[in-house]
Formats: sequence, C-alpha cells, structure tokens
Amino acid sequence: MSGNETASAGQDEPADSDARTALEQNPQGQQLLSRLLHVDFRAGARDSIGILLGLIPFALVFGIAADGAGLSILQTVVMSAGIFAGTAQLVMVELVATNAGLAIIVLTGLVINLRMLMYSASIAPHFTEYGKRTRAYLAYFLTDHVYAVSIGEYANESRDRDKRLYYLGLGVSIWLVWVITTVIGYVLGAGIPASLNLQFAIPLVFLAILVPAIDAYPQLVAALTSALVAIAAALAVSQTGLPEGADLLIAAGVGIGAGVAAEEVMDR
Amino acid sequence: MNGYSMLSIWGVIVAIAVATYLIRLSFIHLFGRVNQVPRRVKRFLKFVPAAVLAALVAPQLVTPSAAVTEMVLDERLLAGAVAAGVAWWRGDILLTIISGMVALWTFQFLLF
Repeated sequence: MSGNETASAGQDEPADSDARTALEQNPQGQQLLSRLLHVDFRAGARDSIGILLGLIPFALVFGIAADGAGLSILQTVVMSAGIFAGTAQLVMVELVATNAGLAIIVLTGLVINLRMLMYSASIAPHFTEYGKRTRAYLAYFLTDHVYAVSIGEYANESRDRDKRLYYLGLGVSIWLVWVITTVIGYVLGAGIPASLNLQFAIPLVFLAILVPAIDAYPQLVAALTSALVAIAAALAVSQTGLPEGADLLIAAGVGIGAGVAAEEVMDR
Repeated sequence: MNGYSMLSIWGVIVAIAVATYLIRLSFIHLFGRVNQVPRRVKRFLKFVPAAVLAALVAPQLVTPSAAVTEMVLDERLLAGAVAAGVAWWRGDILLTIISGMVALWTFQFLLF
C-alpha cells in the first residue's frame, strides 16, 4: 500500500532531496511565476469571469449579513476563506442571527455541503494522475462553480488542457474574489441594486455547461428527471422542515438513477 | 454581538470548514489511491454533471404555482429558455450569460 502511494506521489512531486536540488537550480518563485503565467491557468482565470459576475453580489450579501448577525470581521473572513461555500455560509449566518443551537448550525452546514461528495467522485478520475499532496490542495477549491466549469472544460478533449492548472486558475480567482468581496460587503455594507438580478448569471453559467453535456438520450433523461425532482424538492424545503441542500442531493440522486436505468433499457 | 460566546462561534466555523474540506477530499483521495475508478462506479459518475447541473438550474427558473400561465410567464423561465437556445446554438458561456441577462431585463421590463 505504501509502495503504491510513493509511486503515485512521485509523478509530479519530487522526493525531498530532489526538491532541494531543484530549489538550488531553479528558484521556487520562478517556478510559481511560470505556472501563474501558464496558458491553461490563465484560461481558467478567464473562464471564471461569468461566475464572478453572479458571485460578487452574493459575496456582498454574505458580508452584510455576517455584520448584521454580529460576527467579527475576522470570523467573517475565516468563514469565506476556510469554508468557501456560499450557501452554507449564508444559512449559517441566518441561523446565528436567530440564535439556533450550535449542533443544528453545524449539522445544517454539513447537509448543505454533502452534495460536494458527488463533485468529488465525479472529478476524481481527472485527478488520479496527480500526487497525494496535489490532490489534497486541489480538493480545497471544489465548489459548485469550480466543479461545473472544470468538468465542462475536461469534457472537451480537443482542448488538451493541463487539468490542474486550468482548475487552479479558476479556483484561485474565485477564491480571491470571494474573500475580498466578502470584506467589502462587511465594511461598506453596500450591495448592488437587487433589481439588476446579477445573481441570475450563476444559473446561466450552469445552463451553458448543461446544454452541451446532454449529448445522448440517457443524459437527457437524467437531466429532465433531476430538474423535475429539484423543483418539487425546493418546494418541500420552503414549506417543510427539509434542510436546504437536501433537495439538490435527492434530485441529483434520482436523476443519476434515471440516467443509468435509461441506458440499461437502451442497451438491451 | 450575538447570543453566543466568541469561542463557540469559532468552534462552529472550524467544524464546518474542516468537515467541508473532508467532504471535498473524500473521493479525490480515495480514487487516487486505487488508481483506477471501478467501471461500475463510472457508469453512475457519467450522469453526475447533467443531473447536478439540472438540479442547480431548474429551481432558479421555475416557481411552482397553481396558475400555469403565471408559471410560464415567469421572466426567469423565459430568459432561461433564451439562454438555453443560445448555449445550444453557439456553445459559448459568456455569450449565454449576456443573452440570458439581457433577456431577463427585457422580460422584467415588458411583464411588469
């Protein structure tokens, strides 16, 4: 088991002694700079623009809400930087504002973020070529948006991207803007006029990735089933005690099952 | 200030941050160790993007209502239809966003 580990880790992460000689010959700063300037890193950063358009108003709202709930600026920044999951953060702040129990807050946060298990499983096959440490820091940036845009890009094999650098270009840009905009919202307390509905840009990005992903009949079955269940489940969340985030988990689960079943029927 | 001690808020933040990270890491770590994802698992994973994206989008476009005309004449649903058409036609993310936002503002202006 440990032999397997070192074999996979050795691919892009040199052993300690190698790293030391590499450091002498090629300063790490230079290596980092060349990675930041890499065409695929920049492509990821560029593809984050659409997401950021929708995410900036969201981050401002979160910063304002955190201030309103009596959180300190340090707590707010650590939440954005460390949890890095908008819906969970906003719901957590709402629960703090209503003086909910601590266990309820933690459990709700977990249920909301459980959907990321699916993202982790879905994107994992693209990361198996990387070492353990690389995978550990890549996992940190796995949000709805980073997952969706990356998986859409990876599906287009003709582009032949460096998967890690593209993902990082996207993830780091979104992370930086998310954290900075949270602070702006907290300090200035100013949002973008709600009537502009800029948050609508986010479902539009997902739609832009979803449409080309439906390339076969079973995929269409999966998407339509999931959409219908999601609408019903969202209604259940707003009217019953079903925790937020559970709706997505249920809908996607049923949709995936429907897709697999449809494929089975077609193969017969 | 809120009704919690400073320490308990920090506890909640750290607990959610750590748990969220472990959820994100889960399969990325696991599948990296086994080096190859089992074929049976792949059959399910193939449908994750379409199912998840549809589940993320649909509730943003449709508000369940007893009145069908009210549901169909929703500016978000109409703008979503325009954006889906552009996505299918050109397959460009930025163009899809721009056309969807412009359609949303147009329908908002026309319907209200």
